[in-house]
Amino acid sequence: MVKLTIDNKTIEVPEGTTVLDAARMLNIEIPTLCHHPKLTPFGGCRLCIVEVKGVPRPLTSCTTPVSEGMEITTSTPALEDLRRTVLELILSDHPNDCMICEKAGDCTLQELAYFYGIRENRFGGERRIYAKKDGNPFIERDMEKCILCGRCVKVCDEIQGVEAIDFTYRGFKSKICPTFERDLDCEFCGQCVAVCPTGALTGKTWNLRGRQKDIKEIDTTCSYCGTGCNLTLHVRGNEIIRVTSKEDKWNEGWLCVKGRFGYTFVNSPDRLKKPMIRIAPKLSADSYQLTANLFKEVSWDEALDYVASKLKEIKGKHGPDSIAGLSSAKCTNEENYLFQKFMRTGIGTNNVDHCARL
Amino acid sequence: MKATNTTIRVCMGTGGIAAGGVEVLDAFRKELELAGIKADVKKNCSMHKVGCRGLCAKDVLVDVIIGDKKTTYQFIKSDMVPRIVKEHVVEKNPVREWMVGEDYLAFHEKQFKVVLSDCGSIDPEDISAYIGVKGYEAAKKVMTSMKPGDVIETIKASGLRGRGGAGFPTGAKWEIAGKQDSKQKYLICNADEGDPGAFMDRSVIEGNPHAVIEGMIIGAYAIGADKGYVYIRAEYPLAVERLRKALSDARENGFLGKEILGTKFNFDIKVKLGAGAFVCGEETALIASIEGQRGMPRAKPPFPVYNGLWGKPTVINNVETLANIPYIIRNGDRWFASFGTEKSRGTKVFALTGKIKNSGLIEVPMGISLKEIVYEIGGGIEGDRALKAVQTGGPSGGCIPAAMVDMSVDYESLIKAGSFVGSGGMVVLDETDCMVNIAKFFLEFTQAESCGKCVPCRIGTKRLLEILTRITKGAGKEGDLELLEKLSKDVKAASLCGLGQGAPNPILSTIKYFRHEYEAHLEGRCPSAVCKELLTYYVLEQFCKGCGACLRACPAGAITGEKKKPHFIDSGICIKCGACFDVCKFKAVKKE
Ligand SMILES: Cc1cc2nc3c(=O)[nH]c(=O)nc-3n(C[C@H](O)[C@H](O)[C@H](O)COP(=O)(O)O)c2cc1C
Ligand code: SF4
Ligand code: SF4
Ligand code: SF4
Ligand code: FES
Repeated sequence: MVKLTIDNKTIEVPEGTTVLDAARMLNIEIPTLCHHPKLTPFGGCRLCIVEVKGVPRPLTSCTTPVSEGMEITTSTPALEDLRRTVLELILSDHPNDCMICEKAGDCTLQELAYFYGIRENRFGGERRIYAKKDGNPFIERDMEKCILCGRCVKVCDEIQGVEAIDFTYRGFKSKICPTFERDLDCEFCGQCVAVCPTGALTGKTWNLRGRQKDIKEIDTTCSYCGTGCNLTLHVRGNEIIRVTSKEDKWNEGWLCVKGRFGYTFVNSPDRLKKPMIRIAPKLSADSYQLTANLFKEVSWDEALDYVASKLKEIKGKHGPDSIAGLSSAKCTNEENYLFQKFMRTGIGTNNVDHCARL
Repeated sequence: MKATNTTIRVCMGTGGIAAGGVEVLDAFRKELELAGIKADVKKNCSMHKVGCRGLCAKDVLVDVIIGDKKTTYQFIKSDMVPRIVKEHVVEKNPVREWMVGEDYLAFHEKQFKVVLSDCGSIDPEDISAYIGVKGYEAAKKVMTSMKPGDVIETIKASGLRGRGGAGFPTGAKWEIAGKQDSKQKYLICNADEGDPGAFMDRSVIEGNPHAVIEGMIIGAYAIGADKGYVYIRAEYPLAVERLRKALSDARENGFLGKEILGTKFNFDIKVKLGAGAFVCGEETALIASIEGQRGMPRAKPPFPVYNGLWGKPTVINNVETLANIPYIIRNGDRWFASFGTEKSRGTKVFALTGKIKNSGLIEVPMGISLKEIVYEIGGGIEGDRALKAVQTGGPSGGCIPAAMVDMSVDYESLIKAGSFVGSGGMVVLDETDCMVNIAKFFLEFTQAESCGKCVPCRIGTKRLLEILTRITKGAGKEGDLELLEKLSKDVKAASLCGLGQGAPNPILSTIKYFRHEYEAHLEGRCPSAVCKELLTYYVLEQFCKGCGACLRACPAGAITGEKKKPHFIDSGICIKCGACFDVCKFKAVKKE
């Protein structure tokens, strides 16, 4: 254990803890932009600087490991002045269109600008303008709003293991890009969207669907697969307009493309809501006569009776092994258990499998 | 016919080769053969390539050594070789008019060569030449008779400090690395050398690569590393080629590899080519680059000696630092510590450029005065104009004004003066240089080379450059000077690595010593008549002969005037290209 003092408060923390984490344990607030607790430290935004006694220049608390007897000050006029300069510099190269930004109200940069009361900017000048938009189907990448905190690059590498994006170019022209600035073509898990502190990365389906304040957040479990990630549905009126995931649950906020972006079916007019039975006459083993109404809507009882009678008929004619069952990863363990039980004891066959094996 | 004891040395550094060194060498081969001096060539008349000897402006330089008499020729082209062979080698009458003059001798007189002592006299591509000047004796001595701790003590006692920029004591760095309890350690030689105008490290590797390799062997032995890297920029093809040859020769001769010289010590070196990003000279970016990552620095602590390449303890030393090591071991720490100042021991190689008569590579004892460098070694200012300042330390350095030319050149004094030894760039500026423009030049470089990782450097240097640009264009605003100073200080304080921390130095030092030039620009004048937008061109009637040369030269049609009568420049039309100024034979066009 290492003992140190932060703003005159003493704390003992395990070796290897960063000064930032130690400060947070003491409920001391230090502004950060590039830091993310699940990712390796970056040290790029320079907002988390602190003064360390005996060290001539400020150090970034997110990258500095604690050492015995350290004396840290997290806020002085000089530090706040540097933080303000850094924020003004970021904002001098930012579209500042919070008015129409998806992220407004939930944006770390906006919040910091608010707390530091930045209205005027001493450093006007050239701003990055990118005309070409990324044509991928899921993720809106507005690189003019990117502050190059590197979180997306790190999450894609360290958490997802995909390395679809990285820093390109140098200096003021630095930009986060997929290879050769092509359109993003990756897993579209959207972890990058989840960790982006600004409006640079958002979901394409989120666009102009509603502000955070109008939203009811409903926690649920993802039904796409048996993994069971926690989802938070952002619901406006009776419509899901975005999906996020809470970081303090077992899946740590990470999702896959289906969980994060595959929610639009819920309100789709094509969605089946009632059972239907095919009524078109059969022409051969695998074709039907095309009629105006291929299906007829029925009640659950009727549908189940129909299935049961057909299964019985087939079993009677061809034996139980002529029937096979394939269950879904969208079902729970219990449902899958019941399904194989049904196949084995109800139908009497071992022909049972599961889509997750495919 | 036999030439007794004749050696011909042709300068074949990058400068020498560019000036035609290969052709000159071939011409000597051919002429000597024609003159029948072929017999016993090896014994009596050897001829070889040597690396840089400093005064590149006078290339191709050729030494003709007969017995113990050495004659040096300058500006030699291949068609001049027959005469040298005939008159000098055969008839023993040196060709006086082609010999180097006093300036060449003065250039060398005040220098003191340690690192460069064998550069320019031995064949860098021949390991036996290096061995012939006691090469690898230091490595042998260390491996067979010294403990790693003794080596570290010797280097500590010598007072050697890192030549790569910051001047960190080399012995102390090695000591920390030596103490790390790790099975795997690395030693990296930093040959990235990205400062504009710097070519010290390149010349050392081109001129004497074995000294660097020997230094690395000794360092690796001292800290307990068995793998080494030389990180060298790919834009240095000759240095890379010579280094690779030297490494394979050293391996063949048993100085690298397993159980070196029959001891239990294993060490080998890999060459890693850098793609030419200035920031990759910064040690943590360099490590990232070797690891295959984008060359971006990371915050220190932890320092690489604790946690470096692949997370292992790693010492990174500059080329010149390492090339000093064999000489220190051979001649002793006391010998090395006997020159230089108390806190800056030894010598330092500088790349002397700018408005100086003798530009080139120099090695001087630390503590020499700036004046001696400029006026004695450098031979004074081009065209005997007045010295304005000396810029040292490259893009992280600063400008020392002419009034301080008596100051001592060493780590402490330069920092005190607001500059920096850096890797050793030294640009001499005269009265025709605009200091605001100089600051802008360096900011253009750092701004473009910033890795983009941290905000103060990525956006801050851009904003600094924008402010400087508008000042030099006469579009400066009230408060710009104060804003420039404030932002410079903030970028310096808040940036992650040395690039951003040092980038504002050229601004801060020029504001400190040349504030009046900034103020003049804000009032719409460039006192050195450099900044185009602030210039007006006009004709001095009393000198104008009405020849019409300017009128014909002006691409904008801004000049009017009748033959034999004074001409006139319409400043509203003038595009300030300077064509009239250049073309007027009577100095009648003035710019202000
Ligand atoms: C932007 C930047 C560029 C650097 N470039 C070089 C370089 O080209 N060569 C070098 O030896 N050191 C360079 N350095 C210094 C290195 O980080 C490091 O301090 C040095 O290689 C250590 O060697 P030394 O102790 O022998 O001086 C650079 C530092 C910075 C911040
Ligand atoms: S969606 Fe996932 S895989 Fe694609 S860039 Fe973002 S983090 Fe990487
Ligand atoms: S896109 Fe977002 S997460 Fe990625 S670097 Fe830019 S601001 Fe950071
Ligand atoms: S100071 Fe500049 S070069 Fe260094 S890390 Fe920051 S952006 Fe990169
Ligand atoms: S949070 Fe530490 S530098 Fe960004």
